[in-house]
Amino acid sequence: MIRFEFDSRSENEAMARVVIAAYLLREDPTIEEMADVKTAVSEAVTNAIIHGYDDENGKIVMEAELKDHCLEVTIIDYGKGIENIEKAMEPLYTTKPEKERAGMGFAFMEAFMDELYVESELFHGTKVRMRKKVSQWSKEN
Amino acid sequence: MAIGYEMEGKTLWIKLEGELDHHLAQQVKRKCQMMMISYPVENIGFDFLKTDFMDSSGVGMIMGRYQEVHAVGGHIYIRNVNRNIDRIMTISGLYKIIQQ
Repeated sequence: MIRFEFDSRSENEAMARVVIAAYLLREDPTIEEMADVKTAVSEAVTNAIIHGYDDENGKIVMEAELKDHCLEVTIIDYGKGIENIEKAMEPLYTTKPEKERAGMGFAFMEAFMDELYVESELFHGTKVRMRKKVSQWSKEN
Repeated sequence: MAIGYEMEGKTLWIKLEGELDHHLAQQVKRKCQMMMISYPVENIGFDFLKTDFMDSSGVGMIMGRYQEVHAVGGHIYIRNVNRNIDRIMTISGLYKIIQQ
């Protein structure tokens, strides 16, 4: 299991992707699986920075664990929380259209991972947990 | 990470380098808006030759540029898109606003 804590700055988004990619490498994932995971992590971390902390300073934690060819990755922030998770997860819904947010973050996480769980408490923060089976090709071939 | 650019007639070509996430998208947006003030930009093209990653922040940024060029009758072009970015463009519906 790994735990990576970083400041909520946009230049750290790339760092989070590099860390999860390096961790996932040991499972010998396909190029597509790797891209899926990097995209989903990027979306969750970006949400934490823009929405959780409203572009202010804060800490983000990424935890990841590989078990039985399944990756579980959790992105945690201690920001303002999500008032209505169901609404937030609707495709194309965004509270920040002026910042050119497409409202596709959660839709991408759902599309690229097998499972997605969102827990949030107002003024306490948000936890996004995602799971994905990886290196399926090795069993098929 | 850097953003190169080039005017080809009335088309501003943005040469993306690195990964088109929220961080780079903010910079590209500023660059495009500055160029649109300084040059007679009608269309914006994005060259992904040196980019192999894009997430929904990139989608939002391209939609934003589309709204700006569309207002003056212009178009959005793309080139050198790899499979990963092609997938993101397909899923997000970006191809509906991109001139192919």
